[in-house]
Amino acid sequence: MTTFRDWLIDDSPASPMQARLGRFYRIFGALMRNPLAVVGAVIILVLVLTALFAPWLATHDPLRQSLSERLLPPSAAHWMGTDELGRDIWSRVVYGSRITLAIVTLVAVLAAPAGLVIGVAAGYFGGWVDRILMGITDIFLSLPKLILALAFVAALGPGIENAIIAIAITSWPGYARVARAETLTFKNSEFISAVRLLGASSLRVNLGHVLPLCTSSMIVRVTLDMAGIILTAAGLGFIGLGAQPPLPEWGAMISRGRSFILDQWWVATMPGFAIILVSLGFCFLGDGLRDVLDPKSGEQR
Amino acid sequence: MANDSTTAAAPTRRAARPSRNRQRLTSLAGFLITLAVTFLGLLAITFFIGRIVPIDPVLAVVGDRAPVAVYERVRQEMGLDQPLITQFVSYVGDVVTGNFGTSVSTGKPVIEDLARVFPATLEMATLGIILGVLIGVPLGVFAAARRGSWLDQGIRVIGLLGYSVPAFWLGLVGLAIFYARLKWVGGPGRVDIFYDGMVSPVTGLILVDSIIAGEWEIFGNAVWHLILPASCLGFFSLAYIARMTRSFMLDQLSQEYVTTARVKGVPERLVIWRHAFRPIRVPLITVIGLSYAGLLEGSVMIETIFSWPGIGNYLTVALLNADMSAVLGSTLVIGAVFIGINKISDVLYRVLDPRAR
Repeated sequence: MTTFRDWLIDDSPASPMQARLGRFYRIFGALMRNPLAVVGAVIILVLVLTALFAPWLATHDPLRQSLSERLLPPSAAHWMGTDELGRDIWSRVVYGSRITLAIVTLVAVLAAPAGLVIGVAAGYFGGWVDRILMGITDIFLSLPKLILALAFVAALGPGIENAIIAIAITSWPGYARVARAETLTFKNSEFISAVRLLGASSLRVNLGHVLPLCTSSMIVRVTLDMAGIILTAAGLGFIGLGAQPPLPEWGAMISRGRSFILDQWWVATMPGFAIILVSLGFCFLGDGLRDVLDPKSGEQR
Repeated sequence: MANDSTTAAAPTRRAARPSRNRQRLTSLAGFLITLAVTFLGLLAITFFIGRIVPIDPVLAVVGDRAPVAVYERVRQEMGLDQPLITQFVSYVGDVVTGNFGTSVSTGKPVIEDLARVFPATLEMATLGIILGVLIGVPLGVFAAARRGSWLDQGIRVIGLLGYSVPAFWLGLVGLAIFYARLKWVGGPGRVDIFYDGMVSPVTGLILVDSIIAGEWEIFGNAVWHLILPASCLGFFSLAYIARMTRSFMLDQLSQEYVTTARVKGVPERLVIWRHAFRPIRVPLITVIGLSYAGLLEGSVMIETIFSWPGIGNYLTVALLNADMSAVLGSTLVIGAVFIGINKISDVLYRVLDPRAR
């Protein structure tokens, strides 16, 4: 194994592949030395595994109602108790991880590339392109995210797809800012001038050389934003504008448990713990990733 | 020699003054333009949202069995046959003159509704930010002063919890524990039903109104009801403010002048509060401003939980009834206040910090 490790941390890699693997190895090692980041990574790993293996982890059918078993407290048969329709809350929380994971993934897939393209274009071309794009970005940035998402969902109509679109619309500006700042630092560096001198088109310069350099700060930013995305999605579900019943979305589950909070506290509390755990996981991991990949930006965010 | 230097310096000073004034004027003009553009952007977004609503506003007025001629006439009366840009201009005109349309759910002009509900939100958010600053700043300073200790770790976790706990969940759990179990605080609503409507609204802030009316019993009851929702909001600003204070303080404590002060034998308490804390007051103002604006947003969720008759509750009721004039009106007001607070803290920062001028 030592030989493989030596090959990974070799100071003069023989191939791009070796250099890339070595870089991953070093980042991974630095990340694993930060205890909070490890905790975060484990939480996210558990989330992904739970989503993948939900049918095996759930003890009951998350949608099956059983009115004779309404509002039972947590017990050996129902680990987190049952809700007002006799559904097993543990099984619903387990299946809810799929919805949460789908929401954060889709928002990241929609918003991050959009922000990346807008930010890189603004930074690379400068001038009036920059002014217009960043003007729009700043307007979006200066508006409250949750309120904006609420208004968009109100207009598009309730539902999980529209909630995802609304959250994506409100999250791209942060990524555009980051991508622009990164692009500005690389734009005038010598290797970009060299590529340009070789006759590369601006599309090629951006896709092949500028975009890849933005990815690490984008990954940090996206990971740090995940908690906010989860909270917004849960908030939309709680108000009744996000995932619709009978989907076991965590925010919507808390909303159902609201009427029973005084006597059957577990109905609303349990999904909340799931939200907190997963959001904390992303925060820990994001903090750790930032320290490794982007040490300049420090604590500020 | 002395004379020479004064005569030489005087013209340059005189020359410098108008140019600095001009610089200030241009930066003021630039600021006003950014502010205007941001507000226009906010209006453009609410206008756009109003257009993508899949409900035909004309059908909502005439009903779906109206003849085509009536439909066309109403459409023209509503200005919907005009090009989009004309519609936008008249929308901006409406908003500037305070015409936000009529709410379907309350049947009153949206602007009246908003003026009625806004003080309740303001009261809650203000108490929330006061709690957040009074607890968050000292926590952040202590965390930085004892870096790496269990206190520091605990404050870091609290800071991250502020990003991870859903506001509505915190409110619910708070109600279940402090209202239902311990009976330490009042339940949902601004006062007990018994006191409802007993003080005449002067400012709309029930704490102020009850003092004006001399109703101390109602004042006490209002505090009793306000304390839990305000603490929930305060938690979020506390988390953010403590986190930022900690990082500002760590920056300062690693500076050389702090080491110098320590070497000179200045007591640690004075090093922290007199030397390191003073320079971070200015950036802290920005952080507090941002946090205050964020609380207005956070109040949407908290108000729903506590049946607090503020703008957040008004907005959620409107959302569920697809009452678009009310939704867009609330969005505009919250957005405008948000932008306003952000820009004010930005200006304060520039005025107070000589390096940012």
